[in-house]
Amino acid sequence: MKAQQSGRYRLDLILWLAATASVALALYFALLFAPTERTMGHVQRIFYFHVASAWVAFLAFFVVFVASVLYLATRDLRHDVLAASSAEIGVLFTTLVLTTGPLWAKPVWNTYWTWDPRLTTTLILWLIYIAYLMLRSFVGEDEKAARFAAVFGIVGFADVPIVYLSIRLWRTLHPKPVIGGAEGSGLHPTMLIALLVCLTAFALLYLCLLRLRIRLERVQRQLRRAQLERG
Amino acid sequence: MGYLRGIAAIYWKDLVLELRTRQSLSAMLVFCLTVAVLFNFAFEPGSSAVQAVAPGVLWSAFAFAGILGISRSFSFEVDRGGLQGLLLCPVERGVIYFAKVLGNFSFMLLVEIIALPVFVILYDLPLSVNLGALAAVLVAGTLGFSAVGSLLSAMSASTRAREILLPVLLFPVAVPLLIATVKSTGPALTGRPIGEIAVWLRLLIAFDLLFLAVSSLTFEYVVED
Repeated sequence: MKAQQSGRYRLDLILWLAATASVALALYFALLFAPTERTMGHVQRIFYFHVASAWVAFLAFFVVFVASVLYLATRDLRHDVLAASSAEIGVLFTTLVLTTGPLWAKPVWNTYWTWDPRLTTTLILWLIYIAYLMLRSFVGEDEKAARFAAVFGIVGFADVPIVYLSIRLWRTLHPKPVIGGAEGSGLHPTMLIALLVCLTAFALLYLCLLRLRIRLERVQRQLRRAQLERG
Repeated sequence: MGYLRGIAAIYWKDLVLELRTRQSLSAMLVFCLTVAVLFNFAFEPGSSAVQAVAPGVLWSAFAFAGILGISRSFSFEVDRGGLQGLLLCPVERGVIYFAKVLGNFSFMLLVEIIALPVFVILYDLPLSVNLGALAAVLVAGTLGFSAVGSLLSAMSASTRAREILLPVLLFPVAVPLLIATVKSTGPALTGRPIGEIAVWLRLLIAFDLLFLAVSSLTFEYVVED
């Protein structure tokens, strides 16, 4: 038990060191190493954090979906703890996307917000997972909250492709995906390197936050159970 | 009991219950028309913008009215212990789910059919409707809304904050459905051929199939206790 715990702390230490170092590196790559974009200028450098946040947010919600399915299949509350923690961090990163996006859009599109499908989709995604967190908080009992949240985690994630489909049916102001997009699109190689560094940094940050949040969730549940037992 | 006979029996129970009191239907209808009147104050009278936004107003009213009925379809079961009775029926959980979807679908559709002519008059919409296209949009849109709504209603009905929780859960999930219905209702109302809205109809059908499947599979986890 003790050895297992110290092993866990060592892994935490390594993860946090790696995350700190890679975030510092990401700042260097995004702000200094990457070339200045021709038409947009320095403001385009927010792209590296914007896109990295978006990808990590999607990853977080995918983890919610997988953990939800696993919970319903096994009824192991550890999966539920994972789903709850990942959803909260996903909302955090989606909030980052929705903050960096308008900051970038104002000087480039001359507006903070347009009802462009991709922006709208991100906003909807954010609302779905806020609703998910609200659902959890409105159901008192752990086991029932876990069941309901798992079902909603599946329904919410199943909605994403349909929402994405509607993107293609609308005209969009948001640029086409630069990676794996149409011909003629694409990133300058050094820009791609900067993006990958940022992505790695954010993914490591996600892992660190996830482990912290999971531990917090477990302690909170233990505390609630202890309080119930004492009456 | 057979699958279909089970669905028919539970559907019949809800139908008889509703036809004796008419509480849900009348509340939905009155609310639907109230929304139509309220939205009217947002526009200048006689401006052509009214006709452009009419499909959006229409579906906002339908969705708001629909959520009233969908919310009630499970909350009254939970209040009087009816859900326990339903769960004791010798049928699969999916039967209860599909019966509730069918009930919500038909009540909502009935309200839409009654309210639509009133809308046409109030918003002075041109009378050149493509009935086939309009029927397809109404049926596909209402079915999807009831499909995901019935699942989430079963969920929110057994929480502490049921009235506030259902709209918060249902509306973001139903956004693609509402976009598609609003986008296709406009052409259907002005008599455009159905081919013009085929893209949106396909999206609606995809939404319906996806959420009928996902909801019927997950429903048993919601009503477990």
